Amino acid sequence: MKKLGHQDPLWVKIIIHTLLITACLVTIYPILRIMTISLRPGDRLMSTSLALIPPDATFSNYTAALFEKDFFLWLWNSLVITLATAVIGLTLASTSAYAISRWKFPGRNAMLIFLLGTQMIPAAMLMVPLYLLAAKFGLINTYRGLVIAYSVSAVPFSIWILKGYYDSIPTTLEEAAMIDGASRMYTFWRIILPLTTPALAIAFLFNFMNSWNEFMLARIMLPKSGMFTWPLGLQSLQGQFTTQWGVYAASSIMISIPVVALFLYSSKWLVNGLTAGSVKG
Amino acid sequence: MNSQVVLTALGQVSGTVFWMLVGFLLIEVSIWAVGNKVLKNKNTLVAMLVTPAFVGLGLLLVFPLLYEVVLAFSNMNLYHFRNPEFSLLNGLENFKRVFTKPVLQTTTFFPVLLRTFLWTSQVLIHASVGMLLAMLLNRPNLKFKNIYRAILILPWAMPQVISALTWRSEFNFEYGFPNILLNKIGLPGIQWKADALWNFIAMVLTNVWLGIPFMMVISLGGLQSISDEFYEAADMDGASGWTKFQKITLPLMKPVLAPSVMLGIIWTFNNFNIPYFINEMKLESSEILVTALFRAAFNFSQYGFSAAFALIIFALLFSMTLIYVKWTGALKGVTD
Repeated sequence: MKKLGHQDPLWVKIIIHTLLITACLVTIYPILRIMTISLRPGDRLMSTSLALIPPDATFSNYTAALFEKDFFLWLWNSLVITLATAVIGLTLASTSAYAISRWKFPGRNAMLIFLLGTQMIPAAMLMVPLYLLAAKFGLINTYRGLVIAYSVSAVPFSIWILKGYYDSIPTTLEEAAMIDGASRMYTFWRIILPLTTPALAIAFLFNFMNSWNEFMLARIMLPKSGMFTWPLGLQSLQGQFTTQWGVYAASSIMISIPVVALFLYSSKWLVNGLTAGSVKG
Repeated sequence: MNSQVVLTALGQVSGTVFWMLVGFLLIEVSIWAVGNKVLKNKNTLVAMLVTPAFVGLGLLLVFPLLYEVVLAFSNMNLYHFRNPEFSLLNGLENFKRVFTKPVLQTTTFFPVLLRTFLWTSQVLIHASVGMLLAMLLNRPNLKFKNIYRAILILPWAMPQVISALTWRSEFNFEYGFPNILLNKIGLPGIQWKADALWNFIAMVLTNVWLGIPFMMVISLGGLQSISDEFYEAADMDGASGWTKFQKITLPLMKPVLAPSVMLGIIWTFNNFNIPYFINEMKLESSEILVTALFRAAFNFSQYGFSAAFALIIFALLFSMTLIYVKWTGALKGVTD
């Protein structure tokens, strides 16, 4: 096998590794900087040092973030809103993606084009009508308003990903089950859904991230600080730049680490979902 | 944070989810009753599966969009918030105002438009650097590949608000690392926040840093699904690396790249967080269309006007995408 034995000559290898290491440094340096800032003691937040670990590193910013700020409140607000919306969004997307993948019905292409079209609506464009509607229905400063508003925002893209996955599952599976007398919904529930677990996980993650990281709508719908989600909370820390930089950095790190870990863990499937069916090698 | 907060949240959220589910159930039952019992239509199940999602999208995307059209024909602003007037004349006035008067305090529509195009063109950098990194990572028997990949993907994995706020503080004149680095090599620091041009460059720098990983990951996925046989055949014919790239890699990558670049363009054109946060001093000279729209609506309370403004932005993006789709055939694989 040629493929297994194939090796780049040494000088090519050196160039490749040099380029990749440079790219990695450029990528990771700003991230490491947040870590540095979070470890600095409160009286040395402003520093022109470029060292990554300060000589007098301390975790005081972390304890300040956890116990003096509303860190847990922000996380809790984000978490309830996000989980509820992800569950609703995924339910809606998984069933309709299945229908779009399996049946050629009138209006199907129009639906697909519509789903793509929704991606073109600038989020800022919906702010005014959503705000006015929310105000009219008394949904400002409620969890309810954001749950409703977020619930379908990730649906078009999730349908897109899931449809690609369903397409890759042979229909013979369902046909066999139906010959045995299973109903269409039973087949979907017991055979198709378990097979698409990885795709469902990705769609769930995507729905989750979408609401978890959202800033603009939350800014408008939740003016009261007791209702802040974490992006609003972090921004309020950074508002008074000079005093809260360290606490901001510590909070950012505590919020990022689980999200980043989850993302790295699942990124392989995410890519498969995004490129499924587009390349036929 | 106390038990009161927890209970309120749980009560509200579970109530909302419950009523939404009841609503969907009602929709399902009525479709089933009408479709299956009355019409005996074979597509009833399809309708049942598809309707909830599209009702949701209709209520939360299409309806606000239509409401926006209505608003564009009103004079709603801070003084006419409770009693807006709707008339054709107001609409014409709003649409005319977008092109003839400042959209914010001083800046007018066309400079912002031009800047937005310039801003969007950075997708070219995302795509080409992303592709280059993907090709490096895709070399056979590359060591530490997974480590490189994990590091390079980090900007995409980080919550965007955090990246934006963090970069914003790094553009501090005295304490941000770009200026410290410049000072170390003997150059003067840059006014990243106060100078219009440098503020725009700061926005682009941040967004390039953020945008490359998506394109890299997508390209890597595409590259890995190209069969080695093509390259082996080309090797036998004695093709050079550049020929192989041109004749095999690029054409086979097109079905992956064309739609991803399209998404990249749409996302960048509509990107709010980076331009909004990096432009800390609210320089009108570095706004792009969506941030200008947001400020027109929520800082200056020009609701009717900003509705007209929003419709124009949407029409622009829509026609741009349409042209792109016609030109590249990016949607060929979609409707199969």
